[in-house]
Amino acid sequence: MAAHSPEQLAHEQRRYLQVFAWLAILTAVELAVIYMPIPHLAIGSMLVLLAGTKASLVALYYMHLAVERRTLTYIALTPAVLCVLLVFALLPDLGAITRALTHAPPPAAAVEAHH
Amino acid sequence: MSHAAVAHEHVLEPTETPLTPESWGKLGMWIFLCADAMSFGGLLAGYGALRYGDPTWPRPSSILGIQLTALMTFLLICSSVTMVEALASIRQGDQRGLRKFLMLTILGGIMFLSLQAYEWNKLIFHEGQSISRNNFGATFFILTGFHGCHVFSGVVYLSAVLARALAGAYSVHQNNGVEIAALYWHFVDLIWILVFTFVYLL
Repeated sequence: MAAHSPEQLAHEQRRYLQVFAWLAILTAVELAVIYMPIPHLAIGSMLVLLAGTKASLVALYYMHLAVERRTLTYIALTPAVLCVLLVFALLPDLGAITRALTHAPPPAAAVEAHH
Repeated sequence: MSHAAVAHEHVLEPTETPLTPESWGKLGMWIFLCADAMSFGGLLAGYGALRYGDPTWPRPSSILGIQLTALMTFLLICSSVTMVEALASIRQGDQRGLRKFLMLTILGGIMFLSLQAYEWNKLIFHEGQSISRNNFGATFFILTGFHGCHVFSGVVYLSAVLARALAGAYSVHQNNGVEIAALYWHFVDLIWILVFTFVYLL
């Protein structure tokens, strides 16, 4: 990142506009996806994938992670990994919240009631 | 600062970091952004847990205007482009380009904030949404509000950079300040990409 020759800068600026085009296209795709007649889970997975791609494009090319030291990328990835762990840490609570809100009996009682 | 080590009594402090040889400031900004990402991550995970656990959660698109926020997303992406152009300009020694693109970036941020104010005004005063009415409102206003605070801070930050640019503080060889401000601005854009997807579209 230290030296910037005119050719390098011209190349970088072309790359910036390419990334901009991709971000705009992927946003349009996201908007199209939510109206597609497919299961909600499929829509959700596609949206997460598209958002992840867009966020990576910004981090790699606009925040220059693609040309920085690799260690800086690991540092930048740390919060992403921790956030995924956080979501898994919250998972056990989710069932309890659902049952409390719907006043449904816990799974064991539901099975017994069925018999 | 970058060529000689600074001596404090007998302790020698390195003036260069192997991670970001240009400046310590850049490493500092990255570390701040990681901490800030965790704040957003916590809010998003909490939102996810509340929403996933609540079968009565409304579909966001039935309450929120997707078209308007798609426009806001586009604006923020455009302002990221003008920001990279501002940095590219000063790296070529183009002072006018730096000022022009910085102004455009700030304008993009102000337009984003105006649209968000319009959206909030509509939701709160015309559609009865509020931060205390239900979990949908609580998570929506906290997430978009926290992000809006970041955009506002970014506008103030970039205005300070613009003031320094007008005073001629940056040059081909001295533009770390612009690059560090750009990192912050792109991060705010990156977070909006995630908020837009998880809060509005999903």
